[in-house]
Amino acid sequence: MIDYQFNTADLFFALPELFMVAAIALILLLDLFVSERFQNLTYYLTQSTLAITGYLAFNLIGESAVIFDGTFVLDTIGSYFKVFMMVFSIVALVYSRHYLRVHNLLKGEYFILSLLSVLGMMVMVSAHSMLTIYLGLEIMSLSLYTLIAIARDRAVAVEAALKYFVLGAIASGLLLYGMSMIYGITGSLDIGQIAAFATSANLNSEQVLILNFGLVFLVIGIAFKFGAVPFHMWVPDVYQGAPTSVTMFLSTVPKIAATAMLVRLLIDGLGGLQAYWADLFMILAILSIGLGSLVALMQTNIKRLLAYSTISHIGFILLGFITGVVEGYGAAVFYVLAYVLMSLTAFGTIIVLNKQGFEADQIVDFRGLSKHSPWFALIMLFVMLSMAGVPPFIGFYSKLFILQQVISAGYIYLAVAAVVFAVISAYYYLQIIKTMYFDDAEKEVTVTAPMDMRIILSINGALILVLGLMPSYWMELAISLF
Amino acid sequence: MESLLSLLIWLPILGGISVLVIGNNRSDLARWVSVAVSIIVFALSLNLWAGFDTSTHVMQFVENTAWISQFNINYHIGIDGISMLLILLTTLSTFLVIIAGWEVIQNRAADYMAAFLIMEGLIIGVFSSLDAILFYVFWEASLIPMLLIVGIWGGQNRVYAAIKFFLYTFLGSVFMLVSLIYMYIQGGSFSLDVLNELPLSLTEQSWIFWAFFLAFAVKVPMFPVHTWLPDAHVQAPTGGSVILAAIMLKMGGYGFFRFSLPITPDASSEFAMVVIVLSLIAIVYIGFVALVQKDMKKLIAYSSISHMGFVTLGVFALFSVVKMGTDGQIYSIAGGSLEGVYLGLEGAMIQMISHGFISAALFLVVGVLYERLHSRDISSYGGVINSMPKFTGFAVLFALANAGLPGTSGFVGEFMVILGSLQANFWYAFFAAMILIVGAAYTLWMVKRVFWGPIVNSDVSTLSDINTREFFVLAVLAVAVLAVGVYPQPLIEVMHVSMVNLLEQALTTKLPVAL
Repeated sequence: MIDYQFNTADLFFALPELFMVAAIALILLLDLFVSERFQNLTYYLTQSTLAITGYLAFNLIGESAVIFDGTFVLDTIGSYFKVFMMVFSIVALVYSRHYLRVHNLLKGEYFILSLLSVLGMMVMVSAHSMLTIYLGLEIMSLSLYTLIAIARDRAVAVEAALKYFVLGAIASGLLLYGMSMIYGITGSLDIGQIAAFATSANLNSEQVLILNFGLVFLVIGIAFKFGAVPFHMWVPDVYQGAPTSVTMFLSTVPKIAATAMLVRLLIDGLGGLQAYWADLFMILAILSIGLGSLVALMQTNIKRLLAYSTISHIGFILLGFITGVVEGYGAAVFYVLAYVLMSLTAFGTIIVLNKQGFEADQIVDFRGLSKHSPWFALIMLFVMLSMAGVPPFIGFYSKLFILQQVISAGYIYLAVAAVVFAVISAYYYLQIIKTMYFDDAEKEVTVTAPMDMRIILSINGALILVLGLMPSYWMELAISLF
Repeated sequence: MESLLSLLIWLPILGGISVLVIGNNRSDLARWVSVAVSIIVFALSLNLWAGFDTSTHVMQFVENTAWISQFNINYHIGIDGISMLLILLTTLSTFLVIIAGWEVIQNRAADYMAAFLIMEGLIIGVFSSLDAILFYVFWEASLIPMLLIVGIWGGQNRVYAAIKFFLYTFLGSVFMLVSLIYMYIQGGSFSLDVLNELPLSLTEQSWIFWAFFLAFAVKVPMFPVHTWLPDAHVQAPTGGSVILAAIMLKMGGYGFFRFSLPITPDASSEFAMVVIVLSLIAIVYIGFVALVQKDMKKLIAYSSISHMGFVTLGVFALFSVVKMGTDGQIYSIAGGSLEGVYLGLEGAMIQMISHGFISAALFLVVGVLYERLHSRDISSYGGVINSMPKFTGFAVLFALANAGLPGTSGFVGEFMVILGSLQANFWYAFFAAMILIVGAAYTLWMVKRVFWGPIVNSDVSTLSDINTREFFVLAVLAVAVLAVGVYPQPLIEVMHVSMVNLLEQALTTKLPVAL
């Protein structure tokens, strides 16, 4: 570290992050002094911050550099991930505001914490050192724990936050332990140097053993962040307990960050050990798909149901990574983005039904929605069919691409198991469609959401169909990232 | 017109969307727009026939543009004689269904019409896709409107029926998807042209054959995966039953023609016996099951399964009649003739068309009664002829056609298949011919109990005869049934060259020839 020379020009490559830090500090200060009357100010500043950060990241697409003494990397995949995270965060916050308003949770802290967690995710995305990854992970996680507990008078929310915190801390510990093993054997925290070590030809069996030992713990840490079985225990409780807007946030943008962590640690860093971690992933993937599909059948709470559905989607995403080829990774990233889009829409539709003092989180709350609000029912129909993998929605193509890669890699039995579970999971997606379309409403369902949310949600839902009709560009983009 | 096929696919879908936009509050406008769209689509589809070249098996009206270029998936559509007839059947049935649902559907009328229009476009897509993924997309997407039709406008037990229908067919087709991907990895394309030529070992073919079989057999439906059909039919609204019986079942038969035979010829030959036995079980056993039904719709549903058995029988019997020698010539086995094979194949196709008309008509007949008395039970009726003479005339005609009366389309298809299977094996023909007896028994017995005899239920005497709208719908189908029954030649001409090509594909082995 002694011979490291700080170079001011390097700051250019970290512009999005630096801008966001500055903006967060500013908004934090402003929020203290604005009166209740201007409480929307924080919201608009937050949205502008996200938009500008997204724009800055977008401008950096195509640039690549490793800066800050090898701890921070700017590359195409990182820039794209940041842009996507900003876009999805903006959408999530639009939905969140309606929820927060009707449940009297609209406070400046909410937006600042969201920004902080996004900052943490950006750091994860651009990490080029295990230390940076850990730093980003903790910034993100600590903000999320607090976000969940923001509804502090709700016992379930506090319980969810605590559960997430305790399990998250354990996972962080395991991850750190794995990192220390890797550091111990490679002598470096730098992803590039770890990669060079892991691919060097003359490793003795002891070194391989220790590398693998560390690898297992890294995989556990990643699996926890994704919520893959058997490290999924926190997912249903946290999804159910957290305020719906936080659940929505939790189930979407951090999954992109988790993908980034996976890419940085396992593909960029330990790509040489792909054969080892692919085996671990295979087990995680098939367990996630299976358990996610089966347990969801019994749920009556829609947030809990979506939690299990997420677990099953995560299984599909992990399947893409076992293939060890660029197209497979691309298919997995495509799946992540498609999943985030679908999940945002699903939670958006749940939030749209929230009213002053009414928490719509049971499946029965959707009863007769198609009569009273046919448009939002149609959007939810799109989401559910898309999640079930029925064409022509985007969820079908994400599954198609994954299956294609899995079969291409020679794992036909995995593909068959995956599609069988996909059919099983179709049952509970159909249950929601049934509730919306086939059941009669007991009471009038009125939608009080503001116009901005309705418009964004409509675009969001339409995209599920439109991108399904023309997935080609996005698939190409996803593959080109690797 | 260059993009006639695309127009046929997308016009109804866009029409359906605009009907959705018009909304249930303006249901009269929605009805008129729907009927206009369906008439235009039907008229346009007639251009397919007019512009069709019957002298070639090469796909016509072809359109081919790149769609998902990373995986070489193309928007590749085109038709041959087989698909053209089924497309015409689709456009005609949809038009009739929209007329038939005119004032019957009061609850969410616009949505109802829109669902049928969108489904029409998707099904035409199924019949014209020449790219396997495109086919799969249309195939699965067409389940969605049917799910909603059964679930929203269905009877008492509609939710169960709708979900059972969806899951059954979904499960059937995901394995098809896996095998399509497998073949893509072997051949580098989802194009049917490539898949037809793709060399596959017998083991591979067997797996693929069974994956396809599951998808198509569920749709046909074949014994023992038929159990969703009676539920779906009974619960579906009249229009849903009509489309289900007239078109959706044909998608299964079409799948055998378009996928199983050309792509897995050796496995098809290997397992032809299994398919034939299952078909015969369907024909005979399900025929007897139909005999004891108390619910009219259920009876017709079982009769559908039994009649669709002829389709699979006619197709797969060919493997016991002829085979291809190493010199590329077709030789007969055990004294069968080539004509016998064409009788079987073309009979299967005629049977699909004819069953499309007859089952549609019978479901409409039940629909007419159900609207008036809100009962599907045979025992609620009796002596309907006294109050509804015109209606009874139609009903008896369709019943006789269902029983296979010469002069109606039902006779032509069944007779051709029986003759064809006689070339294969006497016992196939024997069991298949049983249906003529059993079929006549359950159909005529139903007619006797519903239409003849004394009036036992006083409500029956108050029934009003069919109105002009109902008369029109039934008359169109009656004309179709009789026309095909008397003069099926045009249909055979249209499909013959395609069938010759299909037979060649089905008999050409994909295995390396042993020297």
